[in-house]
Amino acid sequence: MNRKTPKEKLMTYLILFVFAVFFIVPMYVLLSTSLKTFANVSIQTMWQLPSEYSFAGFVEAFKELAPNVFNSFYLVIPATLISAMLGSLNGYVLSHWKFKGSDTLFALILFGMFIPYQSVLFPLVQFMQTIGLYGSIPGLILVHVVYGLPITTLMFRNYYKDVPKALTEAAKVDGANIFSIYRYIFFPISIPSFVVVFIWQFTNIWNEFLFAVTLTKTQSQPITVALVNLAGSQVVQWNVQMAGALLTALPPLIVYILFGKYFIKGMLAGSVKG
Amino acid sequence: MEGFYMKRKHKESLTSLAILSPSIITLAIFVYGFIGRSVQISLLDWDTFTKFIMGAKDYVGLENYIGLFQEERFQTDLWNTLYFTLFFILGCLAIGILLSLILNNKPKGSYFLQNLYLFPMAISFVVTGTVWRWIFSPGRLPNDPRGINLLFERLGLGSLQWGWFTSTFSFLNFNVALIAVIIAAVWQFSGYTMAMWLAGLRGIDQQLIEAARIDGASKWQIFTQILFPIQKPITLSAIIVLAHVSLKAFALIYSMTGSGPNNVTDIPAVYMFEATFRSNRYSTGSAIAIVLLAMVGLLIIPYLVNSFKEE
Repeated sequence: MNRKTPKEKLMTYLILFVFAVFFIVPMYVLLSTSLKTFANVSIQTMWQLPSEYSFAGFVEAFKELAPNVFNSFYLVIPATLISAMLGSLNGYVLSHWKFKGSDTLFALILFGMFIPYQSVLFPLVQFMQTIGLYGSIPGLILVHVVYGLPITTLMFRNYYKDVPKALTEAAKVDGANIFSIYRYIFFPISIPSFVVVFIWQFTNIWNEFLFAVTLTKTQSQPITVALVNLAGSQVVQWNVQMAGALLTALPPLIVYILFGKYFIKGMLAGSVKG
Repeated sequence: MEGFYMKRKHKESLTSLAILSPSIITLAIFVYGFIGRSVQISLLDWDTFTKFIMGAKDYVGLENYIGLFQEERFQTDLWNTLYFTLFFILGCLAIGILLSLILNNKPKGSYFLQNLYLFPMAISFVVTGTVWRWIFSPGRLPNDPRGINLLFERLGLGSLQWGWFTSTFSFLNFNVALIAVIIAAVWQFSGYTMAMWLAGLRGIDQQLIEAARIDGASKWQIFTQILFPIQKPITLSAIIVLAHVSLKAFALIYSMTGSGPNNVTDIPAVYMFEATFRSNRYSTGSAIAIVLLAMVGLLIIPYLVNSFKEE
């Protein structure tokens, strides 16, 4: 397979190296700038490594963003758990307890995954105001759960589809009902699927901006909104802005580094049809 | 016996429906209900706060849509979306496919590199926007360059300096300011095409390629005659997803450049946000939202119908 001339080999590594640089440069800028001292952070030195390393930028960014980091966790954890749990039940019913019209229903559920959220945004804001959840994190949790349902349902349905129907039938003959079959057969084998869905939902909801910026007030802003405000402000130093960006990127990056395999699975499952 | 079976079947369907009902009800409201409401608002004349508060249902037909398409800003937005989508997809495909072909041969360090090329997928558009904005900030040329222009100067490439996303130059309605945004978006998403292609390439029978090689096929021929046709469905999925991303690229543009001078980096999603939440033009905002929905629909529905048929 690898019968390559030295020249080809050199070309290959050159291409790989150039793209490695392309992908690393923004992270280099982020990291080196955020580790500079306030005195050191002039535009003139933006491409240089810090002459003195300092965590002052991080301390300042964390002081600014700590409440928003907390908001993000408070938002992401329940929203991920609830949307995964409901998606698992939906996927189970739609793959093993089909009824007349259930496939159409599945298609109608799936549609919610493809819409641009702008098309529901203004009525959504009004609705949240009417039910008194506008500007609150529980409100944002509700929104992320609902709009997360199509993708979580799809992921679980595709996973359960490969479980033999005979298994469900046999359990039925033994007198098990829809709930006990889920509880004792499907739920225990769903762990890998739950991991994929958790990771997918966690990163997506953490990174989300549109709902976050339209449905929150100052005290309930998740970190993505706070970062944009911080970066848009003229008085905030660059090292603080870059430290803030790094802080925003860090939780999903940690998840990616620890669970990369599952992240890729989710990414491919989210895009490739069932 | 038959009757008993029917009864049980009926009961089963009801239980299934009951389990699905929280999702059905919320999605019926949050997706279908709200889209309907947006359509309704787009047909009213709620373009001032007073009109909106009064809540009178004066239908103006398609007036908001007609007005929108005649507006210079919206026309710019459509051109921007077209070019952004085109170059974004081409960039992601070219880089992603190239990297996947190289990495599929498992050169030294390929596992590490694959993870490196893919990591931007995990972070927020907002982070990408913040960082690349700093990199592409042009500064005041020629005396006070910033970002990448500063780097050019240091490397003795001063002639390459230009205004990046602040440039108002346009060519065949392509606002060159978009180049900076496209680079940032390609940086974030080309790893996605790479991962899709790699997953597909690993499923291809190596004997097929070996046989072609023995028959004297060149690398380029193997790519165009064998690999690309096999990978066509995967490539199509990737194109659909990327097109979808580009229509929704609100967070990236909003955090990186905003609308820019003369709306050079404006897109419908940004205009919709400003019309609705910054200037109380609810009907115009809703009309933009529905146009966006129609564009996504044109893209997605044929694809979905096709996928379901195959299944």
